[in-house]
Amino acid sequence: MSLLDQEIMESQFALPVREADLVGDELAARRSLRAQISRLERELGDAFVTAYPMGGLGEVPAPRPADPRLLDLGELECVRDELAERLHSARMTIAERADIQEANRLQLERMLLDPAKHRFARVACRDLGEPGCGVWQVRPRLGLIGMLMGWWQVKLSSGCPLPGGRGPCPRPG
Amino acid sequence: MSEDRELGAAPGFIEPRVRAEFPGLALAWISVECRTAGTPRSVKQRLQHLSNRFHGASVVAMRSQPIPQAYRSFYRQVGLDPEATRIPSEAAAVKRLLQGGFRSTGLLSDALLIALVETGVPVWALDADRVEASGLGIRTSHPGERLGTLEPPLAAGRLVVADAGQVHAILFGAVAPGHEAGARTSRIALFTVGVPGVPGIHLEEALWVCGEILGSA
Repeated sequence: MSLLDQEIMESQFALPVREADLVGDELAARRSLRAQISRLERELGDAFVTAYPMGGLGEVPAPRPADPRLLDLGELECVRDELAERLHSARMTIAERADIQEANRLQLERMLLDPAKHRFARVACRDLGEPGCGVWQVRPRLGLIGMLMGWWQVKLSSGCPLPGGRGPCPRPG
Repeated sequence: MSEDRELGAAPGFIEPRVRAEFPGLALAWISVECRTAGTPRSVKQRLQHLSNRFHGASVVAMRSQPIPQAYRSFYRQVGLDPEATRIPSEAAAVKRLLQGGFRSTGLLSDALLIALVETGVPVWALDADRVEASGLGIRTSHPGERLGTLEPPLAAGRLVVADAGQVHAILFGAVAPGHEAGARTSRIALFTVGVPGVPGIHLEEALWVCGEILGSA
């Protein structure tokens, strides 16, 4: 029997697709997409928390508020794809900032190992991914004398200024 | 409404089509007597105590906690973007950060806020006299149905909280005008919505916290 005849015979005996099967398949597909959306949302939440100390994730343009409804397959796919895109973008941002922090840590280690070679170099705690407003800086010991003698040291500044300043100067007697 | 329904939380109906899509979706509701009284000092102190528990870092960390995540995920699955329409617990937390504390705005709203902050599960209040005895549930809106008498018709297929006769609120959205519990309401129907991933006991706890505050005032 030739191949062409075989195909024709198979098509004659093929069972018709039942509508109930299609509906069931679509329901299963929508459930699968919802599971994917849940997983992506969870991972996006974790990425948001991770990125917060690094300066946070970029603002996402918020769409127009809508009313809740049952989404069809195409709409769920759009939501899934958009979330995947956001997650990818968030991970890229985190990776880029982690690389920058790593480079800043290396710079600080070099400053600590040989301050004289990195005169007046500064690395902010924020750029290292650490909380606070402190800044690591290479400064001469004893001011001008240290500059002339080549005595250099790495100092950590005291951090954020007081919110109200130091207050008014006391008046003399 | 029967006396049984007043004693414990009653499960609401879920339209079969909606249940097929979201097997974990649930609505629970109770009705409570309401005494129109000012907010007692103990409730104000409780709000103050809750305010002290919220800091910027803890609000950020909410994103990785299971209950807020479950609501965020559900929002996305029904076409809401939680960045545009915040989930109730996040909205309360952001408001607390902006205002510097949870402010008392009346006994009912304080009770709803305390239940939300303590459990992470939102609770809404309706005038119980507007709710039919068959009870509340979640279904899709029918063509031409309105949210209140004066509002424009809802688009068909919107998810709404309704009883056998009428729509009382959009799911996670506005309550129909005239159906809210107000100053002259003597009986309040409290309802809460649980999404897949939120254990049922949290819904009961949220209703219980709210009912306890309203009942003890």
